Amino acid sequence: MGTLPEPDVAREWLATMTLIRRFEERAGEMYARAKIGGFLHLSIGEEAAIVGSARALREGDYLVSTYRSHGHALVRGTPPENVMAELFGRVDGCCGGHGGSMHMFDLQRRFMGGYGIVGGNLPIAAGIGFACDYRCSEDAVLCTLGDGASNQGTFGETMNLAALWRLPVVFLVTNNQFGMGTSVERHSAVTELRVKGEGFGVPGLRCDGMDVHDTCIVVSEALQKARSERQPMLVEAVTYRFRGHSMADPEQYRTREQVEQWRKRDPLTVFGERLQAAGLLDEAEMQRIDADALARVDAAVAFAEDSPFPEPASLYDDVYAIGEQVHGWYSLDTTRSHDHAADAPAGRPEQASSNDEIPQQLTQALAAGEDGYNPPRESA
Amino acid sequence: MAQMRYREALRAALREELRRDERVVLLGEDIGVFGGAFKVTEGLLEEFGERRVRDTPISENTIVGVGVGAAMTGLRPVVELMTINFSLLAFDQIVNHAAAIRYMFGGQVSVPLVIRMPQGAGHQLGPTHSHCLEAMFLHVPGLLVAVPATPADAKGLLKSAIRDDNPVIFIEHESLYGVRGEVPGGEDALVHFGRARVCREGSDVTIVGVSRMALTAERAAATLADDHRVQAEVIDPRTLRPLDLDTILASVRKTNRCVIVEEGWPHGGVAANLAALIAEHAFDDLDAPVARVSGADVPMPYFKPLEDIAYPHEAQIVRAALATLGMAPEPVPDSTAGRAA
Repeated sequence: MGTLPEPDVAREWLATMTLIRRFEERAGEMYARAKIGGFLHLSIGEEAAIVGSARALREGDYLVSTYRSHGHALVRGTPPENVMAELFGRVDGCCGGHGGSMHMFDLQRRFMGGYGIVGGNLPIAAGIGFACDYRCSEDAVLCTLGDGASNQGTFGETMNLAALWRLPVVFLVTNNQFGMGTSVERHSAVTELRVKGEGFGVPGLRCDGMDVHDTCIVVSEALQKARSERQPMLVEAVTYRFRGHSMADPEQYRTREQVEQWRKRDPLTVFGERLQAAGLLDEAEMQRIDADALARVDAAVAFAEDSPFPEPASLYDDVYAIGEQVHGWYSLDTTRSHDHAADAPAGRPEQASSNDEIPQQLTQALAAGEDGYNPPRESA
Repeated sequence: MAQMRYREALRAALREELRRDERVVLLGEDIGVFGGAFKVTEGLLEEFGERRVRDTPISENTIVGVGVGAAMTGLRPVVELMTINFSLLAFDQIVNHAAAIRYMFGGQVSVPLVIRMPQGAGHQLGPTHSHCLEAMFLHVPGLLVAVPATPADAKGLLKSAIRDDNPVIFIEHESLYGVRGEVPGGEDALVHFGRARVCREGSDVTIVGVSRMALTAERAAATLADDHRVQAEVIDPRTLRPLDLDTILASVRKTNRCVIVEEGWPHGGVAANLAALIAEHAFDDLDAPVARVSGADVPMPYFKPLEDIAYPHEAQIVRAALATLGMAPEPVPDSTAGRAA
C-alpha cells in the first residue's frame, strides 16, 4: 500500500512491532538457556499482522488468540514483565505460571486468551461475540487463527453460527503459509483462504500481513461491518514466520531461499524505511525505538528472574471457583486420604471472580408428550 | 410440595432461573420451536423469546464453546446436548476449555456454564444414543458432575448448577423424564452439590446407586428386606464431583459391606473409582470385598432382550448384596450379564 497513518500512530506501531520482535528474540534466547520450558512459538515475521489488526480494535473490544500469543498480549498492553514471567513459570506471570507460552490471558485488557488447541478458540470467540450481542453493546471481537485452523471442524461450525446469529466477530486468518510443517498448498484444497468462510455466510477480505497499515485498514473495515451491520467477517492476512513453528523445528519443509525472500519483506524494516522516506523518523529515532524496546525486554527478563516460583501448595489453586458448593479443592479431590472434606481445614480465601469486570448492564421426536417415556420395567 | 415429573421439575428450574437472572440463557439443538428432544424446554421459547432461548445448528463442539465464551464474559449459559453420546463431539470444549480455563488463566476468569445431557439405555437406541458416560466426566478436574435420580433432585441440583461459578456437567436420565415425585416449591429450594441422599436406612449392607440405579437399588433393597431379611442402606450420591464420600464411608463403617451400582461400563467406572476410595479409607471396616454391579462391557445393542441384559436390574443387585453377606444367591433365570464382580 505504501500509505501511512498519523505520525504519532505510525511511531507507536513501529515501537510496538519492535517490542514484540525484541521480546520474541529474547524469549528464544531464554528458551535456549532453559529458562523457559515446554513449547515456545515465536511470531517473528508476523508483527505487522499482530499490531495492524489489534490497533483496529477499540479499547472495549475483545481479542482472542492462538498458541502463538505473546505478541497479542503485548499489543493489548500486558506488561512485558508479566508475559516474560509467565514464560519463566513465575508467580508474577500473567497467569501465575499455570498457562505458559500457549496460554497467555489478561482479562483487564480484554485479551481473552491464547489457546493451545488449533481451532478451539473459534467457538469461544463466537460466544464472547454472543455475549456482546446479548448485552446490546457495541463491543466486537477479533479472533485470530492460523491457516491450519481453517481445516478444523470448528472453523465451519463457527462461521455458520456467527453468520446465522449475526455476531460481531472478525476472524483473522494469519496465513503464515504453513500449518506447522505442512505448506498451505498441501493442507488446504482452497489456498485463497479468505473465501473459505463465504459458503457459510462470512465474507472474506485479504490484506498484506507484512504491511501493518494495510492490515489495520482492512481489519478496521471488517470490524466496522461486524460492529455496525452485525456481519461477521473473515480477513486473511498473508504473512510469514521467519522462525520455525516452535523452537523444536529443523525446518526441513521449506528452503532457506524462501525464508530469505520473505525476510526481504521484513515488516519492521519495510515500515521503518517508509517512515524515514516520508520524513517522519530519522535514523537516530529508529535507534532510540530499538534501544527502548531492548531496555523493556531487559527489564522484563530481570523481573521474571526475580519473581518467585509458585509454591507447591498452590498446585490446586484456581481449579475451581470456591463458593457455596465447592468449599476448597479438598472437597473435590477425594483421592487425598489425609485431606478429604471431613477433616480438611477451612478453605483457602476465595479469589474474587473477575467476571464482574464485565459490565453487568443486564438487568425429538423421541418424546411423544408427557407420557412418552415410561421407565422400563426392571423388576422381573 | 407439588407432584411433578422429572422433566417438569427440570423445566421449572430453568424457568425460575431464567426469571431470576437475566444472565441465564438457554442454547441447544431443537430446544425452542421443537420444545426439546425430550420436551424439557417446552414452552420456554414462548415465555422468554429467542434472545434467551436459542435453537442452535447441529454443531455440538461449537455450541458448548459458545457457552464457554459467553460464560467467560458474564453470562450464565445452559447448553442442552441431545444425548450424552453427542457430548463426545464437544469433548474438546468441555475438557480442554471449560474445565481448564480458570486454572490455566490463573483464576482471572470463571466459566459458569451448565451442560445438560440425558444418558441411559432402555429405548432400543443402540450404541450411539444409549450409553452412560458419567465416569468420563468424573475423570476431569475443573468440572462439577451431577446425576439426579428424582424430580426433587433434578430441580434442586439444576438450580444450584446454574448459580454455581464452575462448569457443571448435568447428567439426566432418559428413562426418568416421565417419573413423578414430590418437589419442594420455592424459588430458593436448592439441593447443594456434594451432599448424598440416604434413600433408605439399613444396617446390613450399603448399596450406592448412581443416576437411575439409585432407584433400582431402592427396589432391590425392598426385595432384600421382604425376601431375605436383609436391611440394606441405599445411598444416592447425587453428585459425583464433589462426591460426598463422608456419608458413604459412614454407612460402610456401620454395615461393613458395600455394593456399588452403575449403569455405565465397568472398567475405569464410577464404581471402580469409589471401590478404590472405600478400600483406601475404610479397608479395616470391610467384612467383604466391595462389590460392583455395572453395565455390560459392550456397546449398547439394539435388540430389546440383549439391551435388557446389558444394564443392571434389581436381581443382580440383590444377588451381589447377598454375596457380600455370604448368603446363597438365588439363581437369576434370565441373564448372566449386568454382572456382579
